[in-house]
Amino acid sequence: MSNLQLLFDAPILCVQLLVDGILIGAIFALAAYGMALVWGVMNVVTICQGEFVMLGGYTAYFLYKAGVHPLFGVPIAAALLFAFGWALYRAVIFRVVDGDLFISILATFGLSILLQQLANQLFGADVRTAESGFRTLFFFDGMVTVSVVKIVAFVAALVVGVALLVFLKRSRMGQAIRATAQNARAARIMGVDTTRVYAATFGLNAALCGAAGALVAMTWLIHPYLGLPYTVRSFMIVILAGLGNVAVVLAAGMGLGAAENFAGFLLGAEYQAAFVFALLVAILLWRRFWLGRTRRYLK
Amino acid sequence: MTAILEVERVRKTFGGVVANDDITLAVPAGKIVGLIGPNGSGKTTLFHSIVGYHLIDAGSVRFDGREISGLRVPRIARRGLLRTFQQTRIYGKMTCLENMLISAPQRERSWLSILRRPPAADEAKAEDLLEFVGLYAKRRLRAGDLSFGQQKLLEFGMALMNEPRMLLLDEPTAGINPTLIKALMHRLRRVNEELAITLFVIEHNMSVIMNLAEYIYCLAHGELLAEGRPEEIRADQRVIDAYLGAH
Amino acid sequence: MRPRTASRWLLGGLLTLALAAPWLVPAYRTQISFLWVMIIFALTWDTLGGQMGYNSFGNVVFFGVGMYACAVVQRDAGLEYFPALFLGMAVAAALAVALAAVLGSGLLGLRGQYFAIATLGLGFAAGEFASGWDFIGAGSGMVTPLYPGEVGGRESFFYYLLLALTVTTFLVLRRLYSGRFGLAINAIRDDEDKAEAMGLHTTRYKTTAWCVSATFLGLTGAAVGNLIGFIDPRDVAFAGPTFGVWMVLMAILGGKGTLWGPVLGAAVFHVTQELFWTYLLGWQRVALGLLILAIVLFFPVGILGWARERWPERFGHTVDERPEPAEGGS
Repeated sequence: MSNLQLLFDAPILCVQLLVDGILIGAIFALAAYGMALVWGVMNVVTICQGEFVMLGGYTAYFLYKAGVHPLFGVPIAAALLFAFGWALYRAVIFRVVDGDLFISILATFGLSILLQQLANQLFGADVRTAESGFRTLFFFDGMVTVSVVKIVAFVAALVVGVALLVFLKRSRMGQAIRATAQNARAARIMGVDTTRVYAATFGLNAALCGAAGALVAMTWLIHPYLGLPYTVRSFMIVILAGLGNVAVVLAAGMGLGAAENFAGFLLGAEYQAAFVFALLVAILLWRRFWLGRTRRYLK
Repeated sequence: MTAILEVERVRKTFGGVVANDDITLAVPAGKIVGLIGPNGSGKTTLFHSIVGYHLIDAGSVRFDGREISGLRVPRIARRGLLRTFQQTRIYGKMTCLENMLISAPQRERSWLSILRRPPAADEAKAEDLLEFVGLYAKRRLRAGDLSFGQQKLLEFGMALMNEPRMLLLDEPTAGINPTLIKALMHRLRRVNEELAITLFVIEHNMSVIMNLAEYIYCLAHGELLAEGRPEEIRADQRVIDAYLGAH
Repeated sequence: MRPRTASRWLLGGLLTLALAAPWLVPAYRTQISFLWVMIIFALTWDTLGGQMGYNSFGNVVFFGVGMYACAVVQRDAGLEYFPALFLGMAVAAALAVALAAVLGSGLLGLRGQYFAIATLGLGFAAGEFASGWDFIGAGSGMVTPLYPGEVGGRESFFYYLLLALTVTTFLVLRRLYSGRFGLAINAIRDDEDKAEAMGLHTTRYKTTAWCVSATFLGLTGAAVGNLIGFIDPRDVAFAGPTFGVWMVLMAILGGKGTLWGPVLGAAVFHVTQELFWTYLLGWQRVALGLLILAIVLFFPVGILGWARERWPERFGHTVDERPEPAEGGS
């Protein structure tokens, strides 16, 4: 806990941790919103969320290797992952929609293992990053450093989020998705092709994760096994923020990012992942006891 | 004649919606009492409040003279106050006999007793009760494979297996073949007389409840509208208006 | 032949075969030992997942805790090999049970997918935590003490230890399922609200079920740590993506909620998996991912589940005595 002392001695470090946390939090929120979308519309919990992030990261990385600036990798990764998500729905996910939720969890868990092992075989287990060449900014006499790439990534995440919102509000497909989320049967009766809607929703989810992954590749590191923490983070954010509200999802994402950064600093980096997983359990327990007071439970 | 169940000034709201307001009623031990009211008048909510499914906002519920409004569902059930569900609930993947066996009363079971086999007496009793509700031949079938009406009978049998002192029945005749309703009413009366189980029954079928109950409470818009003997209720203009007005 | 007698013959035959196996096929002792482990995994997972309807991805935690607990006792107790091992196993079981009781009181109040996800988090949290904790060797793991007997004695010893554990697990669970306990957890699976409304001590049953699972997992963990000789926090002790998921799959493959299903599923899965390891060098984990998908998507009812749907009367679901039209018989 010597780091705690450090925080008291140099409170400016808090600013550093907070800023870093909030910036990465927006990326968490992207993946989380994708999960909320699929969950709300299709009643499927996707455990392979993090693997989409990983694949988006590799897309950006290979584009970068081919000379494309990582920032342009973001839309390309999103587009590719959209197609991938669509195909995956057609091949696998359609079998678990409207079924037992546990089967969907297990199936997407299987996908998650499959994708990470494939990535490991094809891309190797090495840690990679896509250099963006942005500068680093210094504040408070160099006590707080913010690399421009993180700010760019943050803004890019917001742009993707806004684009998604506009799509859901304005486009016909977006409206069909929202209608299906409210009542799939009614939507079907009203002539909505729910199969297409499900495929598009799953594609959108993958695209959001892909964009997030490209941003991760640009800002931090990627490797085949990075997926699960992103899945768990998405899940936490969804539990805290619910399935609908984008602003709340974003806030929860940033809060989680900040909490994680502080925990990583205080407990040591080796416990950061443990913290993420333990926090999930803690949040679920908290929800349970909170609801339990009034004799309700998570459903 | 003492009241086994006393509900006093119970109030329950969901968000801003008042589901039950200031409801006071009493069910005398050993009787059959009815609870009627148009759809959405708060009958099932009141049942939920009584058996501890949710906390009430105000008021008190006493069973056998003791306050139970703070207790949770299983505790209340173990005291002998049991309810059946409107949407019949049975254990679908277990056989009828197993459904009955696990419904044996849980009152004074120690932790170790959960490891024991069900006593032979339970089994005999389960078979007798299955015979009573007319499901003996199907006792080794999976309960989920029974028809809806049969499931309803099974649920009734399970409730009896639990040796309750009082049963809250939520629409026992709904979904039951009209030709079987008479037999069911006959069984309800026998249960009340021979096993001395007090019955408190929500029912939409007026001819059933008027024949069955000795005393009837009528809810409308979450409030107690009227109470009295069946013939009084039948003649009560407010009750007639509530039913006609609501639909 | 009545099912009960058949079951007895089957059990006896298998047991004889199992006892003789180290002489018949000495080269496969370790592989078969792991078959016993897999059977315990599937059986103990099924107690919650199949019989009680609580799908756990975190049961591997008890396995890992038992493994570490035993290894720490062996390292620090200063006893001879066997006393230390048996003390370690006792501690492993006790710790696993205590953990199950504590975790159960909170987590078992979560329902459906929330319980599954929470236990998923739990399993990974334990692995990450163990990789950071220096007292148990952190990321570099722990080495269990050398077996004192002659060469090859270790394999035989742990073979029989694990076999004994498997048989005990099977018999204990069979006894429990045939009694009130089995009925109660089945009832919780089918409709927990109803079970509560009928006055069942649901929390007590649920926690007990998890404690029973944890006992055998803890003991198994202790033995497996010594069989392998090396404990890695993420790949052996708290191996969520492998052992943690396999437990689920084996039970589903054989048939959730049946006694023999998990045994059958474990055997089929273990053999398949060993073949993958032998013939798909490098790609075995990819193939395993595909296998998971295939089982979940195309065969979610499992072998015995399918048989039960096909021949309900063989499983005792018959209309009795009075020859009525069996309108209810599936």
